[in-house]
Amino acid sequence: MSTKKFMFVNRKAPYGTVYALESLEVVLISAAFEQDVSLAFLDDGVYQITKGQNTEGIGQKNFSSTYKALGDYEIKKLYVEKESLEERGLTPDDLMDLVWEDEDDDWAEKPSIILVDRAEMADVMAEQEVTLSF
Amino acid sequence: MALEVDGQSIELDEEGYLVDLSAWTPEVAKALAAAEDVELTDEHWDIINFLREYYEEYQIAPAVRVLTKAVGKRLGKDKGNSKYLYSLFPYGPGKQACKYAGLPKPTGCV
Repeated sequence: MSTKKFMFVNRKAPYGTVYALESLEVVLISAAFEQDVSLAFLDDGVYQITKGQNTEGIGQKNFSSTYKALGDYEIKKLYVEKESLEERGLTPDDLMDLVWEDEDDDWAEKPSIILVDRAEMADVMAEQEVTLSF
Repeated sequence: MALEVDGQSIELDEEGYLVDLSAWTPEVAKALAAAEDVELTDEHWDIINFLREYYEEYQIAPAVRVLTKAVGKRLGKDKGNSKYLYSLFPYGPGKQACKYAGLPKPTGCV
């Protein structure tokens, strides 16, 4: 099977709608097909990977820790739009420490989050062969 | 479906996975295995315990490829391969081991 560049675009807050969770499940399933997968987080989608999420008050499962498993699934490119963070008063320090382990480098942890500005995000999107928007 | 363990009835879904993940105990794992004529050895338990820890940390059952790699890292390269894992869990390390570990069917299991 040939490899294609897949991008999953996440624009919505993690709770309140089912988009974020559905996206994450499709991402994990797509990893089984060994494609070149990347994720984009923009608009309210940046909240999906913020630290310290607590869902007790809304009685829903907190699935934020599942993003930490993405590295195990060989998903190492999480593009986060700087402007979306800034517009929400967030900084990269507000995001979870998402890493992947390099098996060929004694399992060294390497960052998965790639901060890009809006123009760079557009360039990355333009390179994709398949784009799925959630 | 249901499974009798120590006089308690444990509810299973149509594929034999626990409906209520919190109902799991080591005795439940043994009973699930016994229902498939499997006696759990220490080697089985290594994998089952690993899966339970993985689920606790990440809230998902890992895909078999992820399981294989992680087992290689934790338990050594000689165990981190599908031949070893299939020798323990011939119905598929993802599906069968997750079932005994009281986890849902692995995400990415197609």
